[in-house]
Amino acid sequence: MGKLPLQSQPQTTSFNSLPPSLLSLWQYRAFIFGSTKREFQMKYKNSLLGFAWPILNPLALILVYTLVFSKIMGARLPGAESIYAYSIYLCIGIIVWSLFAEITSRSQTVFLDNANLLKKLNFPRLCLPIVVIFNACLNFLIIFALFILFLLVTNQFPGWVILAVIPLLLIQIGFAIGLGINLGVLNVFFRDIGYFYGVALQFWFWLTPIVYSVNILPETIRPLIALNPLSSLMEAYQTIFIKQQWPDWSSLWYIIILALLLNLNGLRLFRKRSGEMVDLL
Amino acid sequence: MGKIVVSNLGKAYKRYPSKWSRLAEWLIPFSGQRHELNWVLSDLNFTVKPGEALGIIGINGAGKSTLLKMIAGTSQPSTGSVAISGHVAALLELGIGFHPDFTGRQNAYMAGQLLGFSVAEITALMPEIESFAEIGEYLDQAVRFYSSGMQMRLAFSVATVKRPDVLIIDEALSVGDAYFQHKCFDRIREFRELGTTLLMVSHDKLAIQSICDRAILLNKGQIAIEGEPEVVMDYYNALLADRESENVRQELSHQDPSKPNKVKTISGSGEALIQDVGLFANDGNRIEVVQVGQALKLHVRVKCIEAIDALVLGYLFKDRLGMPVFGTNTFHLGRQLSDLKAGEEIEFSFQFKANFGPGTYSLALSLHASDNHIAKNYEWRDHALVFTVINQQEHFEGVAWLPSTVEIKR
Repeated sequence: MGKLPLQSQPQTTSFNSLPPSLLSLWQYRAFIFGSTKREFQMKYKNSLLGFAWPILNPLALILVYTLVFSKIMGARLPGAESIYAYSIYLCIGIIVWSLFAEITSRSQTVFLDNANLLKKLNFPRLCLPIVVIFNACLNFLIIFALFILFLLVTNQFPGWVILAVIPLLLIQIGFAIGLGINLGVLNVFFRDIGYFYGVALQFWFWLTPIVYSVNILPETIRPLIALNPLSSLMEAYQTIFIKQQWPDWSSLWYIIILALLLNLNGLRLFRKRSGEMVDLL
Repeated sequence: MGKIVVSNLGKAYKRYPSKWSRLAEWLIPFSGQRHELNWVLSDLNFTVKPGEALGIIGINGAGKSTLLKMIAGTSQPSTGSVAISGHVAALLELGIGFHPDFTGRQNAYMAGQLLGFSVAEITALMPEIESFAEIGEYLDQAVRFYSSGMQMRLAFSVATVKRPDVLIIDEALSVGDAYFQHKCFDRIREFRELGTTLLMVSHDKLAIQSICDRAILLNKGQIAIEGEPEVVMDYYNALLADRESENVRQELSHQDPSKPNKVKTISGSGEALIQDVGLFANDGNRIEVVQVGQALKLHVRVKCIEAIDALVLGYLFKDRLGMPVFGTNTFHLGRQLSDLKAGEEIEFSFQFKANFGPGTYSLALSLHASDNHIAKNYEWRDHALVFTVINQQEHFEGVAWLPSTVEIKR
């Protein structure tokens, strides 16, 4: 044994599950939707209140921020006169941050969590990160719908500019899954990635203008915060919901380019390493 | 449709000397390879024609499962390629993706979706799945309440609800009760008649021989032999025996150079050693296949290595499952030997009739000083020989042949 010419790369032409094509993902749409539904059901299946929980959780979040910050602490956002401004600021920041955090941290472990499936069944493996996206979006939609309801009740609904949320979400999801696939593949080889990202995510939260506004920061730190690709995105969301204006699209080129690069690198990494990855699972 | 061409296929797993060396290999450019390749399969070439059934056998660790995974497409080959035409169903493990909190029906949908079926397709196939699994009202209960057999029934029913062009089975059928195993094999046979190509790994000689047209024996990652299932199975059994004797030889202080193979466990102090064992027919020919009731001679040649006071030779026939069938020794037969000189050779010849039931039997031999082997055990040898008993007379059941007559009054 071992007298063969050592090819490190296999002939992908005949390897069934590669290259992953959009077509094969489309053929597995039933699986993608089924898994999304099942995962959602699974979370609350053994609870008595069942589907009340995915609504009660975010409801509590909105109420707490509104009560604590606008009623009790009387926190005001500089330049905004509404008493709800700061709680809206907090809510939208935390809601979209949760979407980002959920996609990245779930896709970081998605291959490890589905090790048995990957080892024993031949199916388009990129279905798995897509299920992660769908699930995160489902959770997001529930909480976002409640948030919109809250805006309507407090008469803070921004009007047509809310449509700008759609491209912002697409950019955000693109960035998150790009990062997530990179982390997910690397995490199979180096488990430190998972631990590291857990820590990094905490820092990242506080380095993003979610709880505070950039204006309160000293001028010297602001360029640093601008390096964070999520800063411009957060500001865009905040422009929509606080200023009720269309966001500054040109500020988003940075995160768009990063998202594209992360996705390209993620797919390249996935294609190059997915075979070796399954051996390690 | 259904053709499998495996060419030059090999699989190696990377082995890194330390945890950090993988990182170093990835990050430091042009630093070369830091891993060693551990080849588990190499240079495999074979073709399975459409509609053919190929059995893959081999001892644990021979690479069978790796081969199946590469053919099924879950594991990536290190060299060579696998080309398959048509729809492939691989039963590498039954019940993958089943979640205990969901009902059997929900899990059946999930398993179907994992195979690429749409919800509508599965709904249409559900009556068929339901009737084949035969788990009744359990279908709408959570899988956590299922026995492993029921879970396997459901999983098999879903996995095989549509006839694939290629069916790959990895010992999946070894669970479940006999009734369902029969059903599974019937379905596989039915698929075969309709043209499905079959690839299966099994340790079950009967399963391979009854279903497969051809078999491949994998040994140490290569094809040891390829051919008729029966021939390959025989070779496999010989290989098993040889492997086991290798293991034993490492443990032994006393070796028997004249008969290194076909030995399982040998133990003893070694003052006297068995040199040769053979089963002979009346005409003097050495035989391995015996007819029920045939007159046999068991020849055993023993050599005394050191001078010993007393020597008894015992033998014991055991059936396939290791249950003792009959045993005796020269003490009970009144022929205990005494005062043996070093270097002396003794020939024993036992005569008896093979009143065994059909099946395979093994012979264990022991050399000791008195009526049992506990006091002084010179040598104990399991599986000294294995033979097959066939029945060409009237049918009977069991391990013993008790020639019977019957008188009936009415």
